[in-house]
Amino acid sequence: MTSAPLRLWDFHGGVHPEQHKLISTQEPSQQARLPRRLILPLHQHIGEAAEVVVEVGDTVLKGEKIARANGYVSAPVHAPTSGKIVDIAEYPIPHPSGLSALSVVIESDGRDQWVEYSPEQDYTEVNPSHLRNIIRESGIVGLGGAGFPAFIKLNPGSQKKIKTLILNGVECEPYITCDDMLMREDPQSIIEGMRIMRHALQAEECVIAIEDNKPQAYESICRAVKGIDGVHVALVPTRYPQGSEKQLVQVITGKEVPSNGLALHVGVVCHNVSTAAAVYRAIHLGQPLISRLVTVTGEAVKRPRNLEVLFGTPIEEILQQCDVEREQIERLVMGGPMMGFALHDISLPVIKTTNCVIAATRAELGLDRPVMPCIRCGACADVCPVKLLPQQLYWHARARELDKAQEYDLFDCIECGCCSYVCPSNIPLVQFYRFAKGAIWTQEQEHKKSDQARQRHDFRLMRIEREKQEREAKRAKKKAPRAKAAPPKAPPVDGEKMAAKMAERATEARESAAAARKTEIQAALERVQAKKKRAASNNSGATTGTATPTQPGNLDKTDDDASGSDSNQKVQ
Amino acid sequence: MPFNTPTSPHQLAPTSITRVMLLVILALVPGIGAYVWFFGWGVVINICIALVTALGCEALILKLRQRPVLPFLSDGSAALTAVLIALTLPPLSPWWLTVIGVAFAIIIAKQLYGGLGYNPFNPAMVGYVMLLISFPREMTSWIPPSALADSSLGFIDTALFILFSTLPDGVTFDALTEATPLDSLKTHLALGNTVDEVRAQLGLEEEASRILSVIPIFGAIGGKGWEWVGGGFLLGGLWLIYQKVISWHIPVATLGSLFIASSLFYFIDPEHYATPMFHLFSGAAMLGAFFIATDPVTAAASNRGKIIYGCGIGLFTYVIRTWGGYPDAIAFAVLLMNMCAPLIDHYFKSSVFGHKKG
Repeated sequence: MTSAPLRLWDFHGGVHPEQHKLISTQEPSQQARLPRRLILPLHQHIGEAAEVVVEVGDTVLKGEKIARANGYVSAPVHAPTSGKIVDIAEYPIPHPSGLSALSVVIESDGRDQWVEYSPEQDYTEVNPSHLRNIIRESGIVGLGGAGFPAFIKLNPGSQKKIKTLILNGVECEPYITCDDMLMREDPQSIIEGMRIMRHALQAEECVIAIEDNKPQAYESICRAVKGIDGVHVALVPTRYPQGSEKQLVQVITGKEVPSNGLALHVGVVCHNVSTAAAVYRAIHLGQPLISRLVTVTGEAVKRPRNLEVLFGTPIEEILQQCDVEREQIERLVMGGPMMGFALHDISLPVIKTTNCVIAATRAELGLDRPVMPCIRCGACADVCPVKLLPQQLYWHARARELDKAQEYDLFDCIECGCCSYVCPSNIPLVQFYRFAKGAIWTQEQEHKKSDQARQRHDFRLMRIEREKQEREAKRAKKKAPRAKAAPPKAPPVDGEKMAAKMAERATEARESAAAARKTEIQAALERVQAKKKRAASNNSGATTGTATPTQPGNLDKTDDDASGSDSNQKVQ
Repeated sequence: MPFNTPTSPHQLAPTSITRVMLLVILALVPGIGAYVWFFGWGVVINICIALVTALGCEALILKLRQRPVLPFLSDGSAALTAVLIALTLPPLSPWWLTVIGVAFAIIIAKQLYGGLGYNPFNPAMVGYVMLLISFPREMTSWIPPSALADSSLGFIDTALFILFSTLPDGVTFDALTEATPLDSLKTHLALGNTVDEVRAQLGLEEEASRILSVIPIFGAIGGKGWEWVGGGFLLGGLWLIYQKVISWHIPVATLGSLFIASSLFYFIDPEHYATPMFHLFSGAAMLGAFFIATDPVTAAASNRGKIIYGCGIGLFTYVIRTWGGYPDAIAFAVLLMNMCAPLIDHYFKSSVFGHKKG
C-alpha cells in the first residue's frame, strides 16, 4: 500500500532548464522498423568489452548470445534479430571520443525469429544469486544512460542489509521522455521487475521516484502499485539533476552517499525504471536485453516520439521513421542536452545506453555566444549539486594546476553541466573539468610507467651486480678449494622485496670479499648461506631493514630501507 | 558531412554578463530618480560624461591590448563602473573631475590588471578614492537638497556650470554648496557639539519630529533628502536580490554590521554618536551595500565568505566614519575588504557532497 506520504529531502543546487518534453509525448510509443543491417558494438556498457563468440558467416536467431561477458564488470551482447553475421570489425561507435571499436554486424533475414528461451515460472522460489545470474546473462545494464551492469547493483554482498530500493523514474534531463512513456504505457512490467529486484536484494521497502512534470506516469504507476506492501510512489519537485543517483538517494532518504562510496553503503540501491522492466522480461519471459525505448526528438524531427528500437539499428533509420529533415540538423545529440554528447555521424547505431536522440536545429540551440572572462559571480557554486567551487576548479584547471584542482575535489564532479548552464560568461566549465581529469589520469599512468621503468632499471643493476658477484665467488672458490659452498644462487626475482634482499646479499658478500680476501671468504659464504636460509624460512613477510654500512665506491645500492618503498632505493 | 560535436551541455540558460550588468544599472534607477529630485540635474550630466569617458577609455585600451572591442564594450561592465562613479561625485563637479576619475578607474584599476574579471579592486571605488585624495575640495563641495537650498540651478545652468564653470549672475558657488550631513556631523562633533545640536543646525529637527512618530527610537533617519536616495538604492537592491542577480549575504552583512556597531555606540552615548538609522541612510551606505560591495569580481565567493566580507565592510565603514579622517568610508572599507577577499576565499570553502567533516 502506498501509505503515509513519504518525507522528501532537499539537495543542493540544481537548475530548471526548459523542459522540451511535450515534443515527444504527443504520440504513443511505437515499434521501430526492422533494419536491414545492425551494427552491435561489443562495448555498450561500463566495464570490459564483451568477447565475441560467433564468427563471420554464422547465422543467429533473435536473442542468441553473440558476445559473452569478459570479467565481472561486463555484459554480454545478444543478437537483436535473426540473421547472418556479415562482419566483425572496428566500426565507429556512439561515444564522446568519436572512436571506433570492435563490432558485430548482422544482416537481418527479415524473419525476426526468436531463439528458444526458458522463462522462470516463479521468481520467489529462485535463489537471488541465480536471479542475478540470469540478469547478468541477459545482458542487462542500467538503462538510465550510464550502462552499469545491473546484476552488480543487485548484489548487496553478505554483510550489507538493503533497506530501500529506489526505482528512478525521475528523468530530469530535458527532452527525454522514454521512461515517462514506459511508465505510462507499461507500468506492470516495471512493477514486476521491481518485485524481482526487491527479492534479489531482500530490500525492506521500495520507492518509485517520479518528477512532478510527469503526472500521467505518476497516476499510472500509482494504479499499478495498489495493494503492494512497502511500496511508495514519490512525486518529487522537478529539478535537474535530481535523477543523478546520489542526489536522488538524498532526496528520498536524506542520506548523503559518501564520496567514493556507493548508495549501497547507506543501505540503498537505485535502479532505473526501464532496467526494472528489462529485468521483468528477462526473468518472466526469458528474453535477453535486445531493444529499448528511445526518444527521437528535437526541432528537426517532424514526428517526434518514442520508438522501441533494436540495438544496432542505425540512428539514421529511426530518424527517417520520424521524418527528420536532414539539412535542418545542426547538432545530433545522444542522451539529454545537459549530459549527452554530440554525434558526428548519422549512421552510428543505437546501443544499450541510447535513451534519446535529439536532432536539434540551429534556432533551437541558439546562436553561438562568445566566451567571456569569469566575473566570479558564483552562480556556478550556487547550482552545483555536489557543492563544489566550480570557479576555483576552473581557475586551477585552466592554469593546469592539477594538484590544486584535486584539492578542490575535482573528482567529485559529476559533470552534470549545471555550472556551464548558468554561467553568464558562457565558459564551458565542464569541458575544463573533463580536461583536468583526463590530464590527471594521463599523469598517473605516466607515473606508473616511470615507476615500472625505474624498477626494471634497478633490477638490471642488481642483476649485473649479482653476476659480478658470482664471478668473483667462482674465482674465490678456485683460489680456495676448501670452500664447499656454492656462490649464492639468486632465487627467482619477484618484486621489490626480493630485490632488496638480493641487494643486501650482494652487498654483504661483496663487502666481505673486498675486505678480507681468502681467509674470510669462507665465513662470508657461510654468512650468505645462513642469510639465504633465513630468507627462505620467512620469505612471506617483508624483510625488515637491516642497515648495512655503506661504503662509498663499494656499493651500487644503499639498502637503508628494504620495506618496499621504491623511492628509498637510490641508485648512486 | 559530419556534424559539429561540441561538448555538453547543449542547452544554456538565457543569461549573459550584459544582462547582469544591465539589470544592475536598471536597479539604480529609483536611487538616481531620488537623487535628481533632491539634488538637481547635475548627477544626470555627470553620468553622461562618465559613460562617454568609460566607453572611450575601455575601447581604447582594448584596442591597444588587441582584444575584441565589441563584445567587451557591450558587456556593460564599463558602463556600470561609470554610473557608479558618477553617483559618488558631488552633483556640481566640474567635468574634468568626472573624466579623471572614470579614466583612472577604467584604465588603471580595470584594464591594466587584465580587464573584466581580473581586477582585484573595485574600479569605481579606486576611481573615487583617487579623486577624494587628489581633489578634496572639489569632492566635498556638495549642494544641499533642494528643499534646504537658498538657490538651486536648473538643467541648463547645471550643465553650463559643470562644463564651463559659469554660474548665472548673482549666484556664487559657495552659496550653492554645503557639506554633506556626514561631513557636518563629523566637523561639529569635533568641535564638541552633540548630535542633537548638529541635527538642529542642519535643519533636521522638523524631519525628526515627523519621523519620530514612525521610528521613535531612532529619530530622523538620515540627512534630509539623503534618506530618500538611500531608500531608492535599497529598493533597487532588494529588486536585484529578488531577481537573483545578487545574493542577500553581502548587503545584509554590510548593513547589519554597520547597524549593530552604530547601535552599540549610540546606546552607550547618544550625545556623541549618530543613530544607527542615520548611518544606514546617510552617505553611500545603501549604494555601497547593494551595488558596490556586491561586485562579484572583487568580493568573496562563498556564501560564508560573503558574510565575513560584508561584515568587514560594515565595521570598517563605521570605524572610519566615526574615528577616521574622512566623513564617509564605504569606498575605503570596500577596498580594504577587496584585499581580504582572496584570503577569505581560501579559508571559507563549502563542504563538498559526500565529504563528511571529521
